[in-house]
Amino acid sequence: MPEPVLSIRDLVVEFSTEDGVVQAVDGISYDLYPGETLGIVGESGSGKSVSTMSLLGLIPQPPGKVVRGEAFYKGTDLLKISKKELRHIRGNEIALIFQDPMTSLNPVLKIGAQIGEAIRTHHPDEKDDRIKERGIELLRTVGVPNPDRRYEQYPHEFSGGMRQRAMIAMSIANSPSVLIADEPTTALDVTIQAQILQVLKKAQDETHAATILITHDLGLIAELADRVVVMYAGKIVELGEVHTIFESPRHPYTVGLMESLPKLNADDDWLRPIPGQPPSLISRPPGCPFHPRCFLSQGRIRCREEEPPLRPIGGSSHLTACHFAEELEGHTGPLVEPVGAGV
Amino acid sequence: MTDQPRVHDPNASGLMLGPDVNLDVPAGGGQMVDRAVPADSGVQYEYGLEIEARSQWGYARKRFFRHRLAVASVVVLAIIFGCGIFANYIAPYSYKEIPYITIAGTSVIDTSQILAHPSRQHLFGTDSAGRDTFSRTLYGIRTSARVGIFVGLLSTLIGTIIGGLAGFYGGWSDNLLMRMTDLFLTLPLLAVLLTASKFLDSSTPTTLAILIACLIWTSIARIVRGVFLSLREKEYVEAARAAGAGDLRIMLRHMIPNSVGPIVVAATLTIGTAIALEATLSFLGFGIRPPTPALGALLDEGQEAGLDKWWLVTYPGLLIVLIILCINFIGDGLRDALDPTQRRVRA
Repeated sequence: MPEPVLSIRDLVVEFSTEDGVVQAVDGISYDLYPGETLGIVGESGSGKSVSTMSLLGLIPQPPGKVVRGEAFYKGTDLLKISKKELRHIRGNEIALIFQDPMTSLNPVLKIGAQIGEAIRTHHPDEKDDRIKERGIELLRTVGVPNPDRRYEQYPHEFSGGMRQRAMIAMSIANSPSVLIADEPTTALDVTIQAQILQVLKKAQDETHAATILITHDLGLIAELADRVVVMYAGKIVELGEVHTIFESPRHPYTVGLMESLPKLNADDDWLRPIPGQPPSLISRPPGCPFHPRCFLSQGRIRCREEEPPLRPIGGSSHLTACHFAEELEGHTGPLVEPVGAGV
Repeated sequence: MTDQPRVHDPNASGLMLGPDVNLDVPAGGGQMVDRAVPADSGVQYEYGLEIEARSQWGYARKRFFRHRLAVASVVVLAIIFGCGIFANYIAPYSYKEIPYITIAGTSVIDTSQILAHPSRQHLFGTDSAGRDTFSRTLYGIRTSARVGIFVGLLSTLIGTIIGGLAGFYGGWSDNLLMRMTDLFLTLPLLAVLLTASKFLDSSTPTTLAILIACLIWTSIARIVRGVFLSLREKEYVEAARAAGAGDLRIMLRHMIPNSVGPIVVAATLTIGTAIALEATLSFLGFGIRPPTPALGALLDEGQEAGLDKWWLVTYPGLLIVLIILCINFIGDGLRDALDPTQRRVRA
């Protein structure tokens, strides 16, 4: 295994609210290796965005607070360095792609000016015409037609898909080593989503950046990710290669997530949702956070009392946080079911 | 929003959405369907016809020009201020020129010229020293305009800095700066101005302007703070932060350009307030001191001469009213034009 480019250890992020302290991220650890795509899946509020935003100091503080943990990027702990040093890393070494391209671009600045600014922020001595050249080249890379003309246009003259392309162009402007895409296709039409995925892949190839893909769309994960982190209630419940996770999920939550997907090859009348609600992060249930909704737990005392640690199962690269993961042996995910299986 | 390439298809029947049509299209295209463009989009849908995409400023200009009163006010104000600025070319006399005649070898004031009615020689009559009121009024406009514009700029600067910092950083700095603003708001404006001008040397327009600006930046600070508070939560600000931009760059590049509308409106209205305040102060004898003419000071001199000398108060008074009225109309027009919630162009 090569050295990880980003390595997170025991990260805890809390938000203080009127009702009490919310542990949005509760002791997660993972590594990101050069060139790979790591998918982070989970429901809304599972802490998937917060876990990455907090590394870059982008959560509102207060109420948010990184309580403990380490995040090593090329040997420096992002959580310990000064704001100024962090600013130098943001957008330069670690870049972000935001969810909603409609609101992530400044309406009063030309697209070119915004791409140019992304470059100039980190290369203040660059000449104007060099920046423009690079900006147009970036727009061409992400597949914006007529980049010369588009460079001089305002965001309102761009469609949603084109804006997201421009956002991707901005994020890869400084050839980052890590690219964090926070639900990059959620705000787009389905038809545009596929195109943006292509652009994202191309952007990755271009920059050789390791990518963290945050999404709740398992399809996107299957398409793009090499490894998957499944988060639930601020914790990692399962981690593994994308094939392993989809073929043999070893956490009941992952199984539930996959079963709640509509399947084209089975004529089920109903989707099978995970029963219940995600737990309140203020009063999280004791033991395994998933046990009240778990089909495997069936009221077993161990689930209610003992918090399951993340442990290897099968190969060493597959981790799960379930006491009874072995009972899921032979369970296959829905996306790899042979055609006609349910008929 | 669809990503419609800019096609020019002369054969297609012209289904057209959006306000601006280039009418030199080939015959056959042309049925117009007037449908509302989504309020937040500046996108021009086009099919069959060329449409000039309009920028935000284009929309603002269009809306401003539809506000007839505001446009008329711009014209009137331009004329008035123009006369003031070029007073030394237009005015037939100097503002302190007292008519002397030589009687029996000594030069004495020409009493026949004192408090003369308006005539062809003295359009607005003369004052109790025999000076030409028309000339003095022109110079008065110059003084008032200078004070007003200087106050507008300075108070906008102060207000934007204080309100901007408060809105951007929030928390305790917001609290501190806004309580300070509240303090300034609670001050009885006139009393403070009168007291301050007694101790300061406020006889020059510049010092008077600084004094007024230091007291009336509060409304701008509040407006800018409000705008910044809402802009701070915008995703493009977060995106800029994620791109590594520092606080100053975010404020200057992203937040100020997005709050230009409200700032310009508030600044315009401030100019009106400043001119009224300056006139009040000068009228009370605490503002600009004679012989420098200011509109308020002219009123004061006029009422001292007695109200039957109507020409002394009428013209400067009317001008004050006219100037402030124009500025307020322009402010209204700008508000309508720059308010982003009113994207639609009135037909």
